[in-house]
Amino acid sequence: MAKITIPLGPQHPALKEPENFMLVLDGEQICDATVNLGYNHRGIEKAAENRNYIQDIYLLERICGICSHSHVSCYIGCVEEIAKVEVPQRAKAIRTLVAELERIHSHLLWLGVAAYEMGFETMFMYTWRDREQVLDCLEMLSGNRVHYGINTLGGVRRDINAQQAKEIIKKINYLEERTKYYVNLATEEPTVLARTQNVGKLPYKVALERNALGPTARASGVKMDVRKQEPYFIYDKLDFEMITYDSEDVFGRVVVRVLELVESYKIIKQVLSALPEGAISVKVPWKIPAGESVFRYEAPRGEDIHYVKSNGSEIPERVKVRAPTLSNFQSIPYMLKGDYLADVPITIAAIDPCMSCTDRAVVYDAKNGKTRTFDWEELRKYSIEFYKKKGVNFSTK
Amino acid sequence: MKRKPMRILPEALKQLFKKPATSKYPFEKAKLYAGYRARINFEVEKCIGCKMCMRVCPSKAIEIIPAENQPQPQIGPDGKPMPVKKIFNCIMNLDRCIYCAQCVEICPKKALAYTQDFELAQIEKKKLRLHYKN
Repeated sequence: MAKITIPLGPQHPALKEPENFMLVLDGEQICDATVNLGYNHRGIEKAAENRNYIQDIYLLERICGICSHSHVSCYIGCVEEIAKVEVPQRAKAIRTLVAELERIHSHLLWLGVAAYEMGFETMFMYTWRDREQVLDCLEMLSGNRVHYGINTLGGVRRDINAQQAKEIIKKINYLEERTKYYVNLATEEPTVLARTQNVGKLPYKVALERNALGPTARASGVKMDVRKQEPYFIYDKLDFEMITYDSEDVFGRVVVRVLELVESYKIIKQVLSALPEGAISVKVPWKIPAGESVFRYEAPRGEDIHYVKSNGSEIPERVKVRAPTLSNFQSIPYMLKGDYLADVPITIAAIDPCMSCTDRAVVYDAKNGKTRTFDWEELRKYSIEFYKKKGVNFSTK
Repeated sequence: MKRKPMRILPEALKQLFKKPATSKYPFEKAKLYAGYRARINFEVEKCIGCKMCMRVCPSKAIEIIPAENQPQPQIGPDGKPMPVKKIFNCIMNLDRCIYCAQCVEICPKKALAYTQDFELAQIEKKKLRLHYKN
């Protein structure tokens, strides 16, 4: 049978965000796959260069709706390092607490999405219902369900009181009970096993070679977790395990994420039982001294890296965001090869992709094979011309 | 690997006799936590016009402008005009506000405060532009 190439995306029901996968099919089997990035241009990095350090907190929080605390913590870690600010212990503990609550909400969300992609919608409904508990915790702590806004330069914005701590423990106990059920469900239910075992294989060596991160790498047996390797906040004082699994397939990724939930509950209980006393924030000067810094942070999806360069003014000179998905994308073509077309959605979903966080637009000239940069005026002119060709004229207004 | 089919069935049957988990929000009052951040309120008397809130607002939603009717300068007992406190008004663009409440935090005189008033959807755009004046 002749091989055919089909595009999956940028607009496709299996994808939540626009990204293109070109699949070369031999019947139902995939012989080759490529990932094409560049469908999203949000301009967040550029916008960050026009706002001051405090405004950037809220801008960078909106990179991702799921790992919003991760991106802010990562950025703030950079700025605090440049400004040489010593963050109070209590603030660090509260940041850890929110980070772990966020990990729980992200992993429960992923478990639901994965269940949905494998056609197990009952589990999707139940995990998302239980996820409400942790979102309630976050709302109670920070005042918002999604963009918490708990971080500020030099500490956190809100303190936690005894009653809130009690309420969180109550909800975590409920979730712990539920998670036991999900562990059993995810590891013993034949529906899940049939859809995930031996699907999206990523051997240990390839995972290293293609720089897989987070739960994707840990499911291939790679021992990497920034919380253990380069502890930030108060992770060095906490007792938790790095979860790895060696099945090297989608099933392993399910197991790693479900067991990480259990570890997160452990961490939250430890943080709440030994919350340090003291101030929750210190004052940071309006102008940050010149310097540059890189911060590594273990987001729920893997290692998040931010780079900040300051020039002594109140506005950062450069903010670079490397979202974990960009790194994990490299392994998708390998994972897809040899699999069946029906397994594509679950394989892509297994890395927990966040495409809009990762994507930067690229202008590529197919004639000479070069990429080029636009300045603002050129981009404006180009967009007017582009729409004119399609019959829409914006330039008359 | 151990396989136990139909583990979801008893759970699904149990759920049939439970109350729905969905909140009936538009029909029932929504449950809000004490720290919930909604519409930002402004008190004209407290504002000193330092404009720190404008400086930190990530979405440029807040605007502090001098009030139209300023108090007339009074002549003191020594014949010289007495210093008088200038009055400032606030324009809050609710369509731009992201409800981060950073302005509330930075305000040195606590002229800004968040409320629990979250049902702010409007059909007319100009109603989203709140003008707090004396």
